[in-house]
Amino acid sequence: MAMLHIVNKSPFERVAFKSCLDHALAGDSILMIEDAAVGATDGTIFSEELKAAMADKSVYVLGGDLAARGVSEDRMIDGIKVVDYAGFVNLTVENDTTQSWV
Amino acid sequence: MATKKFMYVNRKAPYGTVYALEALEVVLIAAAFEQDISLAFIDDGVYQITKEQSTDGIGMKNFSATYKALGDYDINKIYVEKESLDDRGLTADDLMPLVWEDEDDDWAEKPSIKIVSREEMAAVLAAQDVHYSF
Amino acid sequence: MKFTVMINEGPYQHQSSDSALQFCRAVLAEGHDIFRVFFYNDGVNNGTRLSVPPKDDRQLQKEWSQLAKDHSLDMVICIAAAQRRGLMDASEAERQGLDANNIIDGFHISGLGQLIEGSIQSDRTVIFGD
Repeated sequence: MAMLHIVNKSPFERVAFKSCLDHALAGDSILMIEDAAVGATDGTIFSEELKAAMADKSVYVLGGDLAARGVSEDRMIDGIKVVDYAGFVNLTVENDTTQSWV
Repeated sequence: MATKKFMYVNRKAPYGTVYALEALEVVLIAAAFEQDISLAFIDDGVYQITKEQSTDGIGMKNFSATYKALGDYDINKIYVEKESLDDRGLTADDLMPLVWEDEDDDWAEKPSIKIVSREEMAAVLAAQDVHYSF
Repeated sequence: MKFTVMINEGPYQHQSSDSALQFCRAVLAEGHDIFRVFFYNDGVNNGTRLSVPPKDDRQLQKEWSQLAKDHSLDMVICIAAAQRRGLMDASEAERQGLDANNIIDGFHISGLGQLIEGSIQSDRTVIFGD
């Protein structure tokens, strides 16, 4: 069963994002919303950890949340997919379950 | 009604915010629905079930005893992550002894808490239908 | 597909109400159904009709109310959480001997069982919180 992990915390402030990565399984998807969107940035103290997770998991970011925090898409880690709310809904449909790492 | 596997993911310490208490209130209501219920304590969530909690100094109700009643509601799958305990200098001995009585085994008292590795916890989470987090 | 959505944070304080509102609109736009929206913890504050945000700000409670009206949504405020935070409908206010009520159209107050039932009946449960 594939799971959609929804993260809404900046990886620079709280452990929720790290905890999500520690518990996501191969084939799962991770969606960054709200403050977690900043985690999509490349060249941070967190980016290598996220890249490692991307070896066997799909990572998405909600475009509106990324833009709202002033992070342009060209500063993102390669391979992260930008979705809108329709894409968010589709991710919840494509995966069997969702877990919010609040 | 169909039976689903419900997982309550607890990752926050009690008292500082209302999440632990209001999660517990959902668990108690859920017991009446005859679903398959599990609780996970990860990260600071492990502080929800430490023993010898005293709230005398903070003017709030100590609700930790309620966890001990979960066994009476047939809620006996309580997973605690070992790495979360280790990271906080805690061991299983620091937790309340949560138990349930097995009616198929002459009402023998059995532990509800399973200490699991992070890897085992990930597998437990993956096996659920609904994940509640507060 | 049928969805139950839970919102655990109050409006304006946290983005979760905004995120959940946009998510619910997208669920409906994509042709899915919302079985129930359940407001818990400070999320119950999404259901007050006494909120008066600045004119140039979004009107979250009214937008939720309008969404409920437009799509006949079942939007439930948890009674235990609501009582703690002073959210009352007319009958609950009367039962408690209070002189006012403050629930906006489209919301109603009920118990936590509605959340559990929603998750049993729905294909997906999605949670927005802190």
